[in-house]
Amino acid sequence: MEKLTSQYQSSIFFDELIDDKGAPRPPAKQLLGYLDSLSEDELEKRRLTAEATIQEMGISFTVYTEEGNIDRAWPFDIVPRTIEASDWKIAEAGLKQRLKALNLFIDDLYHDQNVIKDGIIPEHIISKSKNFRPECVGISPAYGVWAHICGTDLVRDEHGDFYVLEDNLRVPSGVSYMLENRAITKRVLPELFENESILPVNSYTSQLFDTLAALSPRDIENPEIVVLTPGIYNSAYFEHAFLAQQMGAELVEGSDLFVDTDDCVYMKTIDGPERVDVIYRRIDDLFIDPEVFDPESVLGVAGLMRAWRSGNVALANAPGAGVADDKVVYAYVPDIIRYYLKEEPILKNVETFLCDDPEQRAYVLENLDKLVVKPANESGGYGMLVGPHSTKKEQALFAELITKNPRNYIAQPTLKLSTAPTLISKGVLEPRHLDLRPFILQAKDTYVTTGGLTRVAMKKGSLVVNSSQGGGSKDTWIVETKGQ
Amino acid sequence: MLSRVAERLYWSARYLERVENTARLVSVYDDLMFDLPKDIEVSWYNLIEILSGEEIFEQRYKVKDERNVVKFLLADDTNYNSMLSSLKMVRENIRTTRDVVPKETWELINELDLYAQQNIKQGINRSERHLFLNTIIEGCQKIIGLFAGAMSRDSGWQFLIMGRYLERADMGTRILDAAVSLMLQSEPEERIQLGQVTWSKVLKSQSAYLDYRRTVRTSINGAKAATFLMSDPCFPRTLAYCFGQIGESATKLPRADLITTKIDKILKFNYPITSSEDLDEGFHNHLNEIQIAIIEINQQITENWFQFRQGDAA
Repeated sequence: MEKLTSQYQSSIFFDELIDDKGAPRPPAKQLLGYLDSLSEDELEKRRLTAEATIQEMGISFTVYTEEGNIDRAWPFDIVPRTIEASDWKIAEAGLKQRLKALNLFIDDLYHDQNVIKDGIIPEHIISKSKNFRPECVGISPAYGVWAHICGTDLVRDEHGDFYVLEDNLRVPSGVSYMLENRAITKRVLPELFENESILPVNSYTSQLFDTLAALSPRDIENPEIVVLTPGIYNSAYFEHAFLAQQMGAELVEGSDLFVDTDDCVYMKTIDGPERVDVIYRRIDDLFIDPEVFDPESVLGVAGLMRAWRSGNVALANAPGAGVADDKVVYAYVPDIIRYYLKEEPILKNVETFLCDDPEQRAYVLENLDKLVVKPANESGGYGMLVGPHSTKKEQALFAELITKNPRNYIAQPTLKLSTAPTLISKGVLEPRHLDLRPFILQAKDTYVTTGGLTRVAMKKGSLVVNSSQGGGSKDTWIVETKGQ
Repeated sequence: MLSRVAERLYWSARYLERVENTARLVSVYDDLMFDLPKDIEVSWYNLIEILSGEEIFEQRYKVKDERNVVKFLLADDTNYNSMLSSLKMVRENIRTTRDVVPKETWELINELDLYAQQNIKQGINRSERHLFLNTIIEGCQKIIGLFAGAMSRDSGWQFLIMGRYLERADMGTRILDAAVSLMLQSEPEERIQLGQVTWSKVLKSQSAYLDYRRTVRTSINGAKAATFLMSDPCFPRTLAYCFGQIGESATKLPRADLITTKIDKILKFNYPITSSEDLDEGFHNHLNEIQIAIIEINQQITENWFQFRQGDAA
């Protein structure tokens, strides 16, 4: 019988597991050897095991449609993506450097704004940012950190170099799927974990707990930490419940909390009100406090901003942190790193054209069919134009949108995203494009997940990996090959 | 435990009990209609009165016949107390408290909800009604059994117990009251014949027929049956048992004094029934007072554990 990997048509892109001569890259060597030793039927059995495990664990996410919200089973590919540990070390250092600089930047924006005074970033970029919150000016959160939990999307180009695609500093999601992907893979390919040095990922929830506990305004042994969710109908509700459970924290909705006349936050329990120290909020800024932001919001807690400003409760991430995940600000991050840390950025940015700049805008409008255009403030892959895959009509629509509101759009060249073998039908592996979302934590210490969440565009040739847009995911293995 | 979670557990138990009781009520009425002598007139509409649903029913239907009554009680989504509406409420409450109940609860409630929706026509048409209602009752008992066998006796459990027994006491008093009014409305010469049929059906609706036989050891009559259903301390559907359970669970929670005092008062009071003549207007009023007490206990539970006011903490 023909081996599984020998029929694999590697692509013109960088394939993470198989080099252009068809040989396995070092960290994938054992994995591919093992997959080749399985019969087609055996491999199919493993795939079914994965499906059954996902059902059993109830791993789902919600898709918003016109007919209502649907809970979908998590789409998962059983072939892991492997990354060499020494490559990962560099990316990890780069991610820490980046978040450190971003936090210094946010803190500066809400205090002296030296970064503007020194001419690093134009004033109007900040003043016109949808995510700059004047309500946060002058506040000093613990350790000067505003973004405690960050999900940064990385891609690899045709040479295998890492690039940062975007930083998510508001309420990044996906980490629970990273953990569940590993749990599934351990059941599906248990043999490989015995002989290989695959670095574990499971310390994330205790790291998250430590990060949150370090923010407690009260110096007590067991601070009360809660996860604030918009509720069951949110697409990431599964993750909110998962993280709360894993940390042993309460999962609360806005109506479970109230701010009393002493400006402290309390949780409504059957034993009476209980003081809350740290809120890991998974609700967007604009909904957290109807007193200050959207008065119509029923998701938040009236008075929460008052309690936070008085230093009686910690909010993670801090309100206003999103100012740095604006895609226009993104273009300035390399300069921001140089400015605050006096270091060269370890991770590269993808070349970015700011439609705000007349010259760059002209270039973008002329090359809509080649570029990827993104709104500055959306997440989840909504409202994007992928030039090479778009119609003339869509391009015309975007030209209009950009001309109307140039500050709100950026464009990037279509990336030659790396690929990895993906099981697309029984016994057939084909390359599919990937990205990677590691999660970075910062409070007193900084921590990066081992690898992250690998998302894969399941459609042939597609570059869109978002789960809300039909993307899937894979387990991510950071493999130590030294000494083998 | 979060008040919201406690409240949802309390209501999921109440609604689950309501589903089962509604099924029991329709089922026993069906049976009663078969066994009554032809010349005695009993209307299906009594069921609407038992459940205080007159207003909503009359907005919806003109004809007060069997089909409309059963449809209203089992399937109607404008009736928020109908069996299907109650099932939906159980499902919604469990959906948001899945992490504090046994894992299988969610699957069982989905299964039951799906069965009820897909087979609701069987409940409305008479020919297969019995089988349908029995399957519903069994489905409820499966979930109650799962709780009994796999749930920690922590505070969440106490809220389930209080919800279940308060709802059960509520339905228990309504059924007693219905039987009493049926008797009072009938012609004196029919009463003996009607009494035997009615009171044995009432016992059967509470699965209490055989227990009554074993415990009371006399033939069935109104005074004895009513006394048994009011005050037998051991059978798990009597009022005494239900209130006892609520009181016991409340004492395991903080700040229960107001509730336990009220329960003690109800349990201590013994309404004298020596003969069927005592099941009169006075007894009807007594049952009415119990209904009011049930409403007050519900309010007290809500105030005690679920509601908060500004200034409670500071």
